[in-house]
Parts: sequence; structure tokens; C-alpha cells
Amino acid sequence: MRGWMGKLRPVFIFSVLVLFLAGCGEENLSALKPKGYGADLLLDLMVISLAIMTFVFVVVMAIYIFVLIRYRRKKGEENYIPKQTEGNKSLEIIWTVIPVLLLLILAVPTVQATFDLADEKPREEDGSITVEVTGNQYWWHFNYPDQEISTSQDLYIPTGERVYLDMKSSDVIHSFWVPSIAGKMDTNPGDNENTMYLEAYEEGVYWGHCAELCGQSHSLMDFRVVAVSSEEYDQWVSDMQNIDPEATPETASAKDGQKAFENSCMGCHAIGNSPAGVGPNLSNFGNRTKIAGILDHNKENLVDWIMDPDQFKPGNKMEGYNVSEKEAQQIADYLMQLDHSEVTPDSVNGSSGKK
Amino acid sequence: MSNAIVQQRGIGAMIWDYITTVDHKKIAHLYLVAGGLFFLIGGLEALIIRIQLMQPDSNFISAGLYNEMITMHGTTMIFLAAMPLIFALMNAVVPLQIGARDVAFPFLNSLGFWLFLFGGLLLNVSWFTGGAPDAGWTNYAPLSSTSPGHGVDYYVMGLQIAGAGTLIGGINFLVTIINMRAPGMTYMRMPLFTWTTFITSVLILFAFPALTVGLFLMMFDRMFGSAFFDVTAGGNAIIWEHLFWIFGHPEVYILILPVFGAFSDIFSTFSKKRLFGYSAMVFATVLIGFLGFMVWAHHMFTVGLGPIANSIFAVSTMAIAVPTGIKIFNWLFTMWGGSIKLSVAMLWALGFIPTFTIGGMTGVMLGSAAADYQYHDTYFVVAHFHYVIVGGTVFGLFAAMHYWWPKMFGKVLNEKLGHLGFWPFFIGFHLTFFIQHFLGLMGMPRRYWTYFEGQGLATGNLISTIGAFLMAIGTLIFLYNVIYTAIKEPKASADPWDGRTLEWSLPSAPPFYNFKQTPLVRGLDPLWIEKMEGRKGITPAEPLGDIHMPNGSILPFLMSMGLFIAGFGFIYQVDNKLWFIAVAVGMGLFFASMFTRSFKDDLGYHIHKEDLIEKGDGKE
Repeated sequence: MRGWMGKLRPVFIFSVLVLFLAGCGEENLSALKPKGYGADLLLDLMVISLAIMTFVFVVVMAIYIFVLIRYRRKKGEENYIPKQTEGNKSLEIIWTVIPVLLLLILAVPTVQATFDLADEKPREEDGSITVEVTGNQYWWHFNYPDQEISTSQDLYIPTGERVYLDMKSSDVIHSFWVPSIAGKMDTNPGDNENTMYLEAYEEGVYWGHCAELCGQSHSLMDFRVVAVSSEEYDQWVSDMQNIDPEATPETASAKDGQKAFENSCMGCHAIGNSPAGVGPNLSNFGNRTKIAGILDHNKENLVDWIMDPDQFKPGNKMEGYNVSEKEAQQIADYLMQLDHSEVTPDSVNGSSGKK
Repeated sequence: MSNAIVQQRGIGAMIWDYITTVDHKKIAHLYLVAGGLFFLIGGLEALIIRIQLMQPDSNFISAGLYNEMITMHGTTMIFLAAMPLIFALMNAVVPLQIGARDVAFPFLNSLGFWLFLFGGLLLNVSWFTGGAPDAGWTNYAPLSSTSPGHGVDYYVMGLQIAGAGTLIGGINFLVTIINMRAPGMTYMRMPLFTWTTFITSVLILFAFPALTVGLFLMMFDRMFGSAFFDVTAGGNAIIWEHLFWIFGHPEVYILILPVFGAFSDIFSTFSKKRLFGYSAMVFATVLIGFLGFMVWAHHMFTVGLGPIANSIFAVSTMAIAVPTGIKIFNWLFTMWGGSIKLSVAMLWALGFIPTFTIGGMTGVMLGSAAADYQYHDTYFVVAHFHYVIVGGTVFGLFAAMHYWWPKMFGKVLNEKLGHLGFWPFFIGFHLTFFIQHFLGLMGMPRRYWTYFEGQGLATGNLISTIGAFLMAIGTLIFLYNVIYTAIKEPKASADPWDGRTLEWSLPSAPPFYNFKQTPLVRGLDPLWIEKMEGRKGITPAEPLGDIHMPNGSILPFLMSMGLFIAGFGFIYQVDNKLWFIAVAVGMGLFFASMFTRSFKDDLGYHIHKEDLIEKGDGKE
């Protein structure tokens, strides 16, 4: 018995490693630490499939190790000729039927989950939130058609209810992925619209990635999902609805910045609730988590970004819009003060203590 | 023997000999060298990728170059390394295993190789002409159809030419195995490697046309202004994904089935036992090949096909695990009760079982459609397909090369160096890829040029990179072994492994006509049967007589070169219509060669009976 335990040691090490690594990963990024309905459901499915498959692996390895030790050719056996077995009907039936049964056991929850995640029925109810998601090289646009508000890069959703996403792309195929809340779904160009839903359990700022190769800055096409309580969400919606795109900023520099913005940037970037844009909507830029999804949110970074965006996100379409350093400073001052809502990623961070 | 004579005649004569050869054994050498070279290039690209990902916020190479690296790594490894190396084995072994003197169409065999080589060269020329393809080896539209520069054009033309070569090769083996089996070699007496080659050839025949169609549409979209994949002009980008994966999924079985066959032969030989459940193994192979065409959409679970399609493809994908499982258990029970010899070939085969089982496990997990919403396009997928393609195909290629090296080159690869090379590769492989399952679940998508500090991904990536270098060391030891063996090792005997199948009845390496007399096959493992009955060689099926042999030809080389030149013309005519001259010259060369082949009689020659006797006893 003891010898057997020794022989199975690799299996134990393997299982321990699995447990150990399952604890890894960042709270707001890892699919192994679900913070929403979809991710939770899918982790359960993964664990079921892993358990079944580990059973198969252990059986295979047990036979493998036994065979290797027992039947290895020893000295003096060079001329030994083993019995030439053709096969064994009952054994072969066993290792056909048992895997079929195991796979059927896995198929049931798989099909259930697949239909569950495609369930659009609750959407008919009044008051369910729809967000139109558009993937662009290399940023995300979020339009709330019922609330008539628009934003980019940071997707605000209330916790505890399903938010339905209607998804498409303006250029190449992207894939919208928030590992800790739900799985992913591609955004296709043209009329090929996809849908999925997000349901966050806890307030927090969650990391989103583009998961389909979409060009040079594919790895930099990050976004955030800001999950807030439903009261905060309502507040955020009304704050956003009340944005005055032409409001005059307080400082002189920001006032100049507004003018420069109107001259150089307005062609692509909307302030206010325009449903579409060539470039990201900047209505609530002052509240953003990151600049361009990747840089820390401060003025220096913003100026650097405006001056030379290609340095940070190669291949992005803002390349070539030349403004002077002074104008960039002013535009930065203008954009940073566009913080119309009390509900910000920071307030969420404060409440849950997450980065 | 013939090699030595050629060397005396000088290097020029040897090159001419190889360029014009239609001998399946020499074509195997060509496939092996070319495929090996591309394997090293692909490996170098992999190392560059791993260095870039070694630490967060890395800037070792630029984002654009990185996309070219991953695209070329995948494309090179699949089309220009794995497939040709598999063709090398098929060429070297299948005619010998079925008791044939060559393949059915020796001329086409040569044409297939040169098309592959020139296609591969064309693809790699792109590095020096302003940028390699950069839309991933899957080349999804519209990223690919709108990619600036000529990179993707090279992908389209290069793969079209190389793909034609593969298709020709596949048809050739299909006909060879159907028509050229020795008397008594019924289908159910064929060695497993021949069986898997047969099914693989069927897969090639049905899968490659889908790729050809896709590439053709892509070529017209990029070069001649059509809009098959352009949604703004009424096209549909998703069609590319379907066409690609209708080809692409069978393609992974094209890569894995032949090595399944090789493993079957190896397990059986080094356990000194008949393959356990032979008919079940054949049945499982056929079933895998058949189901392989029913599952392509599992690469597309997140495309938005809807829950019904996703569920159907999830279940059909899981179904493939059953015949694969049957194979694993049959291999285990082939060893059960046997007398296992740990040769290097067997060591690779033994390394394959746990590795491939893990790859199969994650395969079933990925097949679970909903869960794939998390796995898809992450490092989990990267880990999975390297577990099956490296853990399956590459381990299989190493095993098969060690096993059949004496039959290909007349010498047994040094066993000590073989063991020494196995361990760093095996350990390095698991270091590189095991951790990537977790990286994927921890939120790292595939094809990411970089990741950030604070995402918890740094340690895993560092481990992965260290593993990649260990694999490189293992590969270098193998290369050293090849050179060492060529210089130091003695000539191998006809049957160094106590083999069971027909190829081991021939000298190592076999004479250019293979069998002096066509053998008579009296059952599965024909050589083993003869040995058990105390005979030294195989019973011949015919009296000694003249052997009809085909002449060598330069035409396949010229035809492929014609397409290579025309390829450049097609790529650059977009910029300047004068390039149509290159198209005309290339296609002219191609059709002129074809015309010559069609209208000039080439009846081959005969080796006379008297010469065969003079050359000594082929049986040894």
C-alpha cells in the first residue's frame, strides 16, 4: 500500500498545484475569482469538467505507472517473448461506455449553461437596462439608448441586476471580455449583432480586455466595468443626462482648452450624449479610471498622450493630429475638469477597498 | 550505398540528384531537411515571443513586429514544419510498410514537395520585403483583408502554393495505399502508421479545398477589388472563419493522426507485443477522422452562433474524446504484459501519454461551450493546443525519427544523446505550457504583446519563458545527435529494433528499388510472423524479375518555381501593373513545363534481373 502512495505522488503534487494556483490572480481580473453571475456559473462548469477529467487522468496514470514498473524489460529477459494478445472485448466495451457516460454527465450542465447565458427573456420586462457596445480600434464605446446617454471606456452598471449588451464593431472583429463578471463575446462588423448580459454581485472596478486579435494595439484595448449600487447608478445616469456640452469651464486655461478642443478634436470626439463617435466620447473624461484604457489618469500623461498617442498605442487612429504643447496643456485642463458625477471609480474603490 | 557514390561525384551532382529525384526515400530526406529548417525558424520566432513576454511592460520588440512574429510562428509551425515533417515520415515509411517500390505517382510526389518548399519560401521572403503577415495564423477578416502592406498577400499566395503541394501529396498517398499494397496486405493487415496516413490523406483531400476557397476569396478581396469579406459592400466577415475552421479543425487531426500511427507501431515494437485491439484502433482512427469534420464551430463559440449551434458543436466535440480515449487505453494495454524496452523512441512515446492526456482533458473542457466563453482566445487555449500539437505531434515526430532514422539514413541515432535531449525538452515543455492554463484563467488573452505590472501575470510568464529555453536546449542536443550519428555511429543492421512490419525486412537504408521481389504478406505484422516461424526474411510473392523504375525529372522544380515567380507578380501588380509581366513569365514557365510533361513520353527504365543478382542479396 505504501509503495502505491509513493507511485501516486505526482498525482498528489498535481492536485496541490491546482489548488494553489486556483488561489492566484487579481481580484478584479481573474476568471477564477468570480464576482458576477456569468463568471460564477462558468467557474462551476469548469470545476465539474476538471473533476471528471481529473478522474480520467488519474485512471490513465495509474495504469501507466503500473505498466511501466511491472512490465519493464529486466536483465536476462531480452529473449522473452510475451503473449501476443489480440484484444479484449469486455475491456474495450468498458473504456468506450464509461467515457460516454462521463461525457453525458458533462454535457447536461454544459447545454444548460449555454442556454442560460443566452437567455434574453427577462429583457422583455420593463426597466431592464440595455447598453449598445461598439468595439473600435482600440477603444470601446457604450451607448445607453433608453437613458439617452453615451460614454466610452468605462462601462457603468448597477450591481444585482442584468444589464443586456447589444454588441457590434465599427471596424474589425473584437471580443468583449470581463473575466471576473462574465465570459466573452465577439463584436462583429456589419449587421451581425451579438448579445450577452452582465450581472455583477459586488461593487467594484473590473478589468476588461479585448480578446480577439484586432491589430497592433490589441493588447492595449483595455476597458473597465464600474459596478455601483443601483442608487448610485441612478444618480450617475441623471448626472450624465444633465451634462451641458457647452458649459464654460472655470479656469482660463481650461477655457482656452475648450476652444482648442472645438477646433482640433470635436470632429471625432463628442462631449455630451451623442450616440456614436469616430473617437471616444469624452463627456465624463475627468472621472475616467485610465487614459486610453492604459495610462494612469493624470494631467502629464494626458498631455503626453495628446502630443504623441502612437507612442502609447501604436496604430491608433488619433495619430497625426498635431497640436502645440501649450494647446495640449490647455486641452488637458479642459478635459480633466469634465467630472460631472459624484459617482466615480474612486468612490467605488473607496467603498470596497479595491484598486 | 547510393549516397556514397553520389558524394564521390561531388556536391553539384548530389544537388542535381535531389532536385530531380522522384524516389520517395530521397523526397523524404528533402521534406525532413526543409521541414526541419522551418521548425528551427518557427522555434526562433517562439523564443522571441517568449523573451518579449518574459516580464511585464516589456518593449523587446514593437507591437507590430510582435503580431508578425505570432502570425509567422503559427503559420510556419503548422504548414511549413509539422506538415512537411509528417510528409517526410509518410514518404520514408509508407511504401516500405505496404511492400511497394514507390508511391503511385512519383512525379507528383516530387511536385508536391517543391510546391510546398517554394510556397514556404515565398511566405518567408515577406520578412525582407517590408513586413510579414500580421493578422494571426487564422488570418481573420476583416483584420486581414484590410491589413496594410503586402504581408497578408504573402500569406495568401504562399499558403495557396504550399497548400496545392499538400493536396497533391495527400491524393498521392491515398492512391498509393489503395492500389500498391503487396499481395496479401489487406486493409486489416496494414500497419497502424499506414492506416493513419490513409485517413490523414482523406482528411487532406476534403479539408484543403476549404482553405483553398478561403484563400482564393481573400486573394480577390485584397488584389482585385472584390468584397467577399467586406461588410460595407455587402460581404460577410464570418464566412472566412467558417471556411478557415472547416479546413482548420480537420487540419489538427491531419497533424495528430499520423503520429498516432507511429506511436502504435512504436508501442507495439518496444513492448514486443502485437497492438492491443487492432481493429478498435483502426475504427477509432476512422471515427476521429469522420467526427473531425463535424466540430469546426467549437473554434467559434464566441462568434455569436447562438445557444443551439453552440450546444450541438459542444456535444459533437466531446464525442471525439471517446475514440481518442480508446486509443490511449489500447496503447496502455499493448504495453500491459509486454516486455518494455526504454529506447529513445519509446521514451518519447511514453512522454506523449500523460502530456496528450492532459491536452485531451483540456480539449474536453474547451468543448464545453459555455465554459469556453472564459477560455476562448486566452492562454488556456494556447496551453491546450501546444499540449496536443507539441505533446502529440512534435513528441511523435521525435519518437518516429528516432525509430525510423536507421531506415531513412542507415544509422541508429545515438541513444545516450537521445535520452539527454529528451529530458530538457520534456521538462521545458511542461514548464512552458502548464502554467499557461492558469495565466489564461487569470485574465491573459492570447496574442497579447504585453501585460502590465500588478495583473499577477509576471511570475507565470517568467516560468514559461525559462521552459521555452529548456526546449531549445533539447532541440539543439537533438541536432548535435544528428551530426554526431552521421560522423561517428556505425552502419545500422536491417532490423535494429526487432521490428514487426515490412520495412524492417529491408536493409537500412533500403536500395532505391526497395523490394527486389514483392513480398507476400501473410498477416498483421508480417515480419514478426516470419521471424516466429524461424525464417530470416519475408516470403516473396513473385520470382526475381526486371524492375520498372521512373526517370528523375527537373519539371516539378521548374513548375513550382514558375508559381513562385507568378506569386510575386500577383502580390505586386496591385502597386504597378508592370508586375503582370512576372505573372506571365511565371505562369509561362509553369504551363510550358506542364506541356512538356504531357507531350514528351517518359517511359522510365528497367533494372535487369542480372543486375539485381550482382548487387547482392537485398534480404541481408
